[in-house]
Amino acid sequence: MKIPDLQRAILVGMLSVVVPIAGHAVDTRTIVLASTTSLQDSGLLANILPKFTAETGIEVHVVAQGTGQALATAEHGDADLVLVHDPDAEAAFMAAGDGITRTEIAWNDFIIVGPDDDPAHIAGQTDVLNAFRDIAETKSPFVSRGDKSGTDAREKRLWREVGMSPGGSWYRDIGGGMGAALNAATAMNAYTLSDRGTWLSYGHKTGMKIVLQGDHRLLNFYDVILLNPRTHPEAKQAPAHRLLDWLASAEGQKVIADYTMNGKKLFHPEADPKP
Amino acid sequence: LSNVFDAGHRALELLFRFDPALLRIIALSLAVSFSAAAAASAVGLPLGAALAVARFRGRYLLIVLANAMFGLPPVVVGLGLYLLLSRFGPLGMLHILFTPAAMILAQFLLALPIVVAISHRTMSGVWREYGDALLVDGLGWLQAVPHVLAIGRLGALTAVLAGLGRSISEVGAILIVGGNIAGYTRTMTTAIALETSEGNFAFALALGGVLIVISIAVSIAAFQIEAGFRRVK
Repeated sequence: MKIPDLQRAILVGMLSVVVPIAGHAVDTRTIVLASTTSLQDSGLLANILPKFTAETGIEVHVVAQGTGQALATAEHGDADLVLVHDPDAEAAFMAAGDGITRTEIAWNDFIIVGPDDDPAHIAGQTDVLNAFRDIAETKSPFVSRGDKSGTDAREKRLWREVGMSPGGSWYRDIGGGMGAALNAATAMNAYTLSDRGTWLSYGHKTGMKIVLQGDHRLLNFYDVILLNPRTHPEAKQAPAHRLLDWLASAEGQKVIADYTMNGKKLFHPEADPKP
Repeated sequence: LSNVFDAGHRALELLFRFDPALLRIIALSLAVSFSAAAAASAVGLPLGAALAVARFRGRYLLIVLANAMFGLPPVVVGLGLYLLLSRFGPLGMLHILFTPAAMILAQFLLALPIVVAISHRTMSGVWREYGDALLVDGLGWLQAVPHVLAIGRLGALTAVLAGLGRSISEVGAILIVGGNIAGYTRTMTTAIALETSEGNFAFALALGGVLIVISIAVSIAAFQIEAGFRRVK
């Protein structure tokens, strides 16, 4: 019995597993798009990307994470392109030299949804800061994403603008995606901040309704960020650029505009006038 | 409650209509988990048997290690593997993060200690009974390993099934290293997590039903084989 034999046997066994699956190294027919849960949960990406693939032969693998995590994934070099919605985090990403261009391709808005009985009496209000204050003052249950996503960042920013740092048992940080937050809000009769797209496509709205919409502070912009080839030489620039060009093209914009759910538009193309 | 029945009803519909998205997810799950279990068996069975048969320095440590890793938390394995496979990580040049290969690797790592620990236990029994005879035949330990595995093949199969059961029901690791990409790295477990979060309970329930049936079938097979093994002995 010699130890080297055993070690070699184990090593050969492990390599025989790893080497064949690593053989298919870099191919430019597939790219990884780090994007947000709202674009996945709303069904937009699943609806429009097959059209891009049919036209260009480029397959897009969407890793849906919160905006914060999506930017981190790209920063680590594990994505070829980013599509997110947190202006402040995006600006920081650009300033750090990770991105080279930042292009708005769509927008919609955030809404506050809450239980039908509306314990904080939000329905009818138009000022989101007042609504947040009322929710906090009545200690009505509020679900926070708590996942550093674009929606989470907006919610935190609104609380800052109100001048409060929410806490206590009514404020429930679930650390999950948009769909999970809507599930939790439904289950707990709580308010939550949602993007309109995910709310419209969410399949389990019983007992919940939109209680506030239309404040200009609730506009929600989706940007594509192309990675900087100097800091990210590993990113597949050419196919990533084609996806950006397609999304920004008249055709891509029309596909985004045409995506509806039960006859309702979920996203506006970039050029649509903002309220 | 009517919600639950409604979701159940639509789940059955999806299954019996052979919904293509559903079938693709099931097929990918099976492919990933069977590959992982097969790889874990290819490495783990000989290793488990060798640990039962051979006497060498570090042997006891390996046995303790295999048993200690038996219940390795999948999310932690996922995290560790993510850091290794990330393009800036030490294995980044493999370019397998967010691919099925990364998921197979994750489940391989989770299943391996189980296969090693279980096969070590059963093969130790075999070795106690037949070891002297095999040694009398003049075999070295390396040659004895295949014989021991052949004699204890039912025990080996139990180990393989336990590894498979671990792989197919796991969600934490593959969610992290696979990225849950639709049509590419989305398996039954990760799809259930996602569809539940989107409020699509019918789809989640249909997949849940299939997953339960598969995992029960694997467990029953393992139990029957083990029972048969006892009877033979």
